[in-house]
Amino acid sequence: MAEATAASPRVDRARLRGWLQEYGVYAAVAALLLFNVLFTPHFVDAANVRTQLVQVAPIVIVSLGMALVIGTQGIDLSVGSVMALAAAVVVLYLGYGAVPAILMALLAGALVGAAGGSLVAYVGVQPIVATLALLVGMRGLANVLVPQLKEFRNPDLIALGSGSLAGVPFVVVAAVLLTALVAFLVRRTTFGRQLVAIGGNRAASELSGLPVKRVLLTVYVISGVLAAIAGVLATARLQASDPTSLGLFIELSAITAVVVGGTPLSGGRVRVLGTVMGALLMQLLSATLIKHNLPQSWTQMVQAGIILAAVYATRERGTR
Amino acid sequence: MTDTAMIASAGDGNAPVSPRSERISRLLQHHGALMVLLVLVVVGSVAFDSFATPGNAASIIVSSSFLAIIAIGMTFVIISGGIDLSVGSLYVLGGVLAAYGSQYGFAVALLLPLAVCGAVGLVQGLLIARAGMAPFIVTLAGLLGARGLMLAISDEGATTYLVEDAAFAALGQGSFLGLTYPVYIAIALALAGMVLLQRTGFGQNVYAIGGNEQAAALMGVPVARTKVWIYLMSGLLAGLAGALNAARLSSGVTILGIGLELDVIAAVVIGGTLLTGGAGGLTGTMAGVLLLGVIQSLINQVGTLTSAFQQVVSGAFLALVVIAQRLLGRAQRLS
Repeated sequence: MAEATAASPRVDRARLRGWLQEYGVYAAVAALLLFNVLFTPHFVDAANVRTQLVQVAPIVIVSLGMALVIGTQGIDLSVGSVMALAAAVVVLYLGYGAVPAILMALLAGALVGAAGGSLVAYVGVQPIVATLALLVGMRGLANVLVPQLKEFRNPDLIALGSGSLAGVPFVVVAAVLLTALVAFLVRRTTFGRQLVAIGGNRAASELSGLPVKRVLLTVYVISGVLAAIAGVLATARLQASDPTSLGLFIELSAITAVVVGGTPLSGGRVRVLGTVMGALLMQLLSATLIKHNLPQSWTQMVQAGIILAAVYATRERGTR
Repeated sequence: MTDTAMIASAGDGNAPVSPRSERISRLLQHHGALMVLLVLVVVGSVAFDSFATPGNAASIIVSSSFLAIIAIGMTFVIISGGIDLSVGSLYVLGGVLAAYGSQYGFAVALLLPLAVCGAVGLVQGLLIARAGMAPFIVTLAGLLGARGLMLAISDEGATTYLVEDAAFAALGQGSFLGLTYPVYIAIALALAGMVLLQRTGFGQNVYAIGGNEQAAALMGVPVARTKVWIYLMSGLLAGLAGALNAARLSSGVTILGIGLELDVIAAVVIGGTLLTGGAGGLTGTMAGVLLLGVIQSLINQVGTLTSAFQQVVSGAFLALVVIAQRLLGRAQRLS
């Protein structure tokens, strides 16, 4: 008994840390929601909830892909530029109708993902540089294709951005469906198992005969396609293609959402719902600060603090 | 001075290798940026009358000097196996602080940005070295935090402080032999950095940590202390570059520096420093910085191409360089 009491503080701390890593983000979201319901006027109005969800949807979609990539011990910095490229491609092909244009945009996203994925999987370039090159190059390409803000009048695409299904905006519906799809992919498919195994121990996965390179390539393609979907949805909502600023810095928001959601940067684990919660937490946080008249600068500093706290709580053996 | 000493990869040399292909691939890996730079300068001089003029050369060098100062710190960080994403924000923060401080005189204008940016670097270094957190994520938080701090000082970016102190403005604008003072400061810092990296125990420690951190720790290298110094230095240099740029522009412009960290990392990687750490050097980095400047200048010369096109070229170039690095590295290991 005496031994047990002596050891208990350490055990408790480890347990607390494990608990924080697992459920910290849910607790934080719940706490912020409670705070806002109590102290922020008009927070639970349908209009406000709708605005917040519509704003967070593209970040959620991008973060899903980022979570998969981080699960393989990689990182995808190119997502913001892929959004911009998708925005550029979708207006270029809008003359053929909304559906072909959207398909072309998704194809562009898949191609960029394939480029990054082959650099990572087959050439062996570190993910951070491979996708950095794509970040710089694809933003440039998007700007070359569509040099300035270009408005469009295609009714189908506009409907996609501003229409809703039973009161829920299409953009939010898309985010929910994609979340379910990615969660299914991670939890219930061989591909998901292989992905997590590769992130956990690449050498062991290779030795046990997993198609490591193919899985890595596919993961980056998925991330590219998801980013392209986010780009198309954001463009549809804006009713204009804005390759210069669409998706700028979204890679940082996405990485933040993933890390705050409890997915370790060291790979081997993907938390899909945690990621969505991470994105929601950041959105709620900035909404709370804005509604209480604190400036943007505060939001960024608080965000920085939260990232550090989340990583500190989940740190184990991360190196980069 | 050779810049290619790599104690970390000295083990590779033990295998029997064919000397010539070995030498060529090493040469390409370490001086590839310099060679491409020379080729581009020759091509540019032949193709455009207004390229190889003293005025254009000076403008490339002057505008590259700020990037060069930041890249010196980044080279140390990357050789040690880390990454510093906060430099772009610290650059802007340094500029705003310098302009703000200039109303209290020269010393405050110079020391305030150094103190604040150095402090940010120090905190990042401590979190990375002592708390064992990933450099990527710590400096990502630094990027956000420093940007927030800059916005808080400048009324959400609405206030642009003007440089009040004439002596401080002269530091950025005065020139000697056609080049402004920041160029000489960048050169002096680069030379000091080379000595530090190649000729001191500290530099050896940086390579050792980047090569194999556990082994370095077992050999008695003061890993944590070295890392703290590296990130402190990177923060200081980014702040200094920002302050000098504010002196050049006579104001603390708040909209600069977005994505600058990526340019700096690109310059360092193009210069032959491996992102995995343990190998690289400052001559390559300087060549990488100038190379980016020359590419930009060439694209401006063409005239019909926009700056967006420059991004496409630098992105493609960065991809080519890393692919080449991988293939050359593989060839070295196989041969």
